[in-house]
Amino acid sequence: MQSSLSLSLSPHTSLTIPRPNQSSFATSAKPINLRFCGLRREALGDFSPLLTRRVHLNSITARRRSAANLVVSASLSGGNGSPPKSFDYDLLIIGAGVGGHGAALHAVEKGLKTGIIEGDVVGGTCVNRGCVPSKALLAVSGRMRELQSEHHLKALGLQVSAAGYDRQGVADHANNLASKIRNNLTNSMKAIGVEILTGVGTILGPQKVKVGSDKVVTAQNIIIATGSVPFVPKGIEVDGKTVITSDHALKLESVPDWIAIVGSGYIGLEFSDVYTALGSEVTFIEALGQLMPGFDPEIGKLAQRVLINPRKIDYHTGVFATKITPAKDGKPVIIELIDAKTKEPKDTLEVDAALIATGRAPFTQGLGLENVNVATQRGFVPVDERMRVIDANGNLVPHLFCIGDANGKMMLAHAASAQGISVVEQVTGRDHVLNHLSIPAACFTHPEISMVGLTEPQAREKAEKEGFEVSIAKTSFKANTKALAENEGEGLAKLIYRPDNGEILGVHIFGLHAADLIHEASNAIALGTRIQDIKLAVHAHPTLSEVLDELFKSAKVKAQVASPVSEPVAV
Amino acid sequence: MAHLLNTSFIPSSSSPTLRPRNPTILIQTRRPPTRIVAKIREIFMPALSSTMTEGKIVSWMKSEGDKLSKGESVVVVESDKADMDVETFYDGYLAAIMVEEGGVAPVGSAIALLAESQAEIADAKSKAASSSEAETTNSAAESVGPTVVAAVAVAPPQVKEAASLSLSLSTHPASEGGKRVVASPYAKKLAKELKVELGRVVGSGPSGRVVAKDVEAAAAAVSVGPTAAEAASVAAKSVGIELGTVVPFTTMQGAVSRNMVESLAVPTFRVGYTFTTDALDALYKKIKSKGVTMTALLAKATALALAKHPVVNSSCRDGKSFTYNSSINIAVAVAMDGGLITPVLQDADKVDIYSLSRKWKELVDKARAKQLQPQEYNTGTFTLSNLGMFGVDRFDAILPPGTGAIMAVGASQPTVVATKDGRIGMKNQMQVNVTADHRVIYGADLASFLQTLANIIEDPKDLTF
Repeated sequence: MQSSLSLSLSPHTSLTIPRPNQSSFATSAKPINLRFCGLRREALGDFSPLLTRRVHLNSITARRRSAANLVVSASLSGGNGSPPKSFDYDLLIIGAGVGGHGAALHAVEKGLKTGIIEGDVVGGTCVNRGCVPSKALLAVSGRMRELQSEHHLKALGLQVSAAGYDRQGVADHANNLASKIRNNLTNSMKAIGVEILTGVGTILGPQKVKVGSDKVVTAQNIIIATGSVPFVPKGIEVDGKTVITSDHALKLESVPDWIAIVGSGYIGLEFSDVYTALGSEVTFIEALGQLMPGFDPEIGKLAQRVLINPRKIDYHTGVFATKITPAKDGKPVIIELIDAKTKEPKDTLEVDAALIATGRAPFTQGLGLENVNVATQRGFVPVDERMRVIDANGNLVPHLFCIGDANGKMMLAHAASAQGISVVEQVTGRDHVLNHLSIPAACFTHPEISMVGLTEPQAREKAEKEGFEVSIAKTSFKANTKALAENEGEGLAKLIYRPDNGEILGVHIFGLHAADLIHEASNAIALGTRIQDIKLAVHAHPTLSEVLDELFKSAKVKAQVASPVSEPVAV
Repeated sequence: MAHLLNTSFIPSSSSPTLRPRNPTILIQTRRPPTRIVAKIREIFMPALSSTMTEGKIVSWMKSEGDKLSKGESVVVVESDKADMDVETFYDGYLAAIMVEEGGVAPVGSAIALLAESQAEIADAKSKAASSSEAETTNSAAESVGPTVVAAVAVAPPQVKEAASLSLSLSTHPASEGGKRVVASPYAKKLAKELKVELGRVVGSGPSGRVVAKDVEAAAAAVSVGPTAAEAASVAAKSVGIELGTVVPFTTMQGAVSRNMVESLAVPTFRVGYTFTTDALDALYKKIKSKGVTMTALLAKATALALAKHPVVNSSCRDGKSFTYNSSINIAVAVAMDGGLITPVLQDADKVDIYSLSRKWKELVDKARAKQLQPQEYNTGTFTLSNLGMFGVDRFDAILPPGTGAIMAVGASQPTVVATKDGRIGMKNQMQVNVTADHRVIYGADLASFLQTLANIIEDPKDLTF
């Protein structure tokens, strides 16, 4: 219950304070297209204490009644000029993934009558085929790594006999976690009165949606949150056994001796961590000139040194896999590679399996977008910075929004949820623009990688354009007591900031529990906290959070506007 | 910054954001003073912090032959505080890497050579080869070096005619008639590490793919490279020795070899003595249950004798003077996989026999785990070597360079002796043979030392105080 309360309340409290600098941020910044599924806080506990829930429900219904007026006025100010009609729902969400779920909870909180349509299973990619089951596999791989690292254990004075694993047991753990989270998610929506409509949702016209084959419902506002599916480039034949996507890999039906992973982004990297811990050897195939192209170059370099080079991994960069044939008739999986620039054939690989991790494609087909005159761009639904859908003529479609992977702004589960909450804020009368630069991202390898804001090259480019200076501060995990106590001193935290005013532009962390450490930085960016202020905050000793403490303290902010003249000046 | 780097090569345009915290360090290069063709520069280990004395090469970001341009990261160095990327300050070619990844080099020593043009790469390579002969950059070899003694018999080297790899060269199915090699990622990594040519390895994996165990098998068969040799245990060696192969020295064997040659420069002589050990054996039997070992007893007795004969505990290094060592540190030779090491019992004359025994046990455990700290194996002032457990009754030890004397101890065994009163009796006797540096220790010195030692061993009550 504790967690469910914090779930429904915390996004609200953190987001209802619009920062004056946020809109300028979001409009000036390039949209970041991170193809990755991050973990959100949907891992809430069981809803067991009935009594508390009842109280919670009552307060919600009361608030809904009192908010009826607000809804009407919001619809009037919506600007379509049509007289208010009666709708089945105040808000209808197509797609019950993490984005839709976040929007639904916040909508109920705001007193809206909310419906959510799901054509497959509640929870979407993240819960069923993404971040959640992959975290279960990574938890296993992390423990395997610890138990296999004889050198590390010896340094701690531990003795462990050979570690082994049962593949089915590992697979079951991932599957059980997914169903548990899925149930929690379903219950959390049912408990507060969100109506779950089963069937494929199709937009028939403005404010009108068909569910399944015959049912038609109307809604004041509609949010498209249909998410994405694994992207498979043409020429690659996926058979689900030897040539697979993350959907299949998460079921862990086999652990091949040698697996090629096409794409070295977050998904590929996390799977390489899992497979190598379970004994596979991995070959990366990356189209760009270097591995891990989405990361800050310095972090990427360090990550390669720790996560790739010492492991049973090799790689081909600057190559496309033009043709991948699944294993059959005793022949291995055959991968044909061509040079990414010259398009000349380069090599042929023969491996036991291939995992396609080349990103994700929006799942927007059959959504009926043509009925409201919207043309997708490479499948993505075009939106403005307030997630309002733009039609083929460049005009806003009234009462229609699109959040999450389907709009492609930032393909992260928690970004989708934040966008959904932002939309609910808008339709309930409070203008809100989400600052995407404050949304953290994490890759759950061992050790983890996390980041928020700009990378160093992006920051330098922006600085050049806008004419300010950029400084970099770095701290090593080697200097952190807690990290050393864990014997995990490998790691780096990097701060990119403006020395003139102390603004944080980006923070990148590679090291133990990096994914948990990033939030101090992302909150600072979201709230506009400056380095000169946050560096005075106190951190418990000895904790890993001191890595960030030291990072902020090592930054040199030049002018402190508020400070008086420090040296005597002749006047 | 400049004082940290100890170099004059810091450019005046050094970026203002470059602070000591910033792990981007410019490489220092220096021209070797004796070189006439001065187009080849040494890249040496930078001092990345004020407390740094040596650095470990984490990885080379460039390989030999790569073109380098000013400001490019070349190598990642691990200091006592952090890993740092090190950049070059010159354009050129990375001609030769002198310290491989994982190797340790003292601050200021050369770790690679930078050639100005491609033509000079070969030149630089030969220079690197000759200099690495002389100065070993691997810390393990260097620290083991000065303390290695040759008293323990080393298996005769397998020097036979140079044979090519003893592997059959059948074409394997995955290679398309030898045109290309299908090898798993780990197999490739291992092959590089163990210096095995993949084209010659027969794969046993699916469709004839070369997998890790094939490479390991190939490496074991030819014993190429120090990694393979080190990994192989003594037992495995005696079984897995491939006759007719030439085996390069491991780093430890190399260090032993150098020390042995160096020892020829010291004029040594030998004095033998026979001790009666009945009293010592009785004492040993009595206090064995308290964890006392024979090694500790012998070391203790020797130390007590040395305390009365400081000249035997002295050492001569330069041939012009000698040092009376302030403490009596007894080094004891211990045979290990592929070599030997001499853990040191420090202040053996002052420490009581029980503590000494515990210390000895700790040192042996550490030696087995290869975790001895340098001061635990290179501070000996007098060496003991005991082959008695093999039944050897007497032998001759070579003096480790830098020390004054070494004592070779044989087995204590029952011997028929004639006593002074004309009777024949049975006594346990042990022969020792001391090798000493005659520049500082003379015959009479050793003789009286041995007499003192004999008195202590034959009346050992002082050993337990």
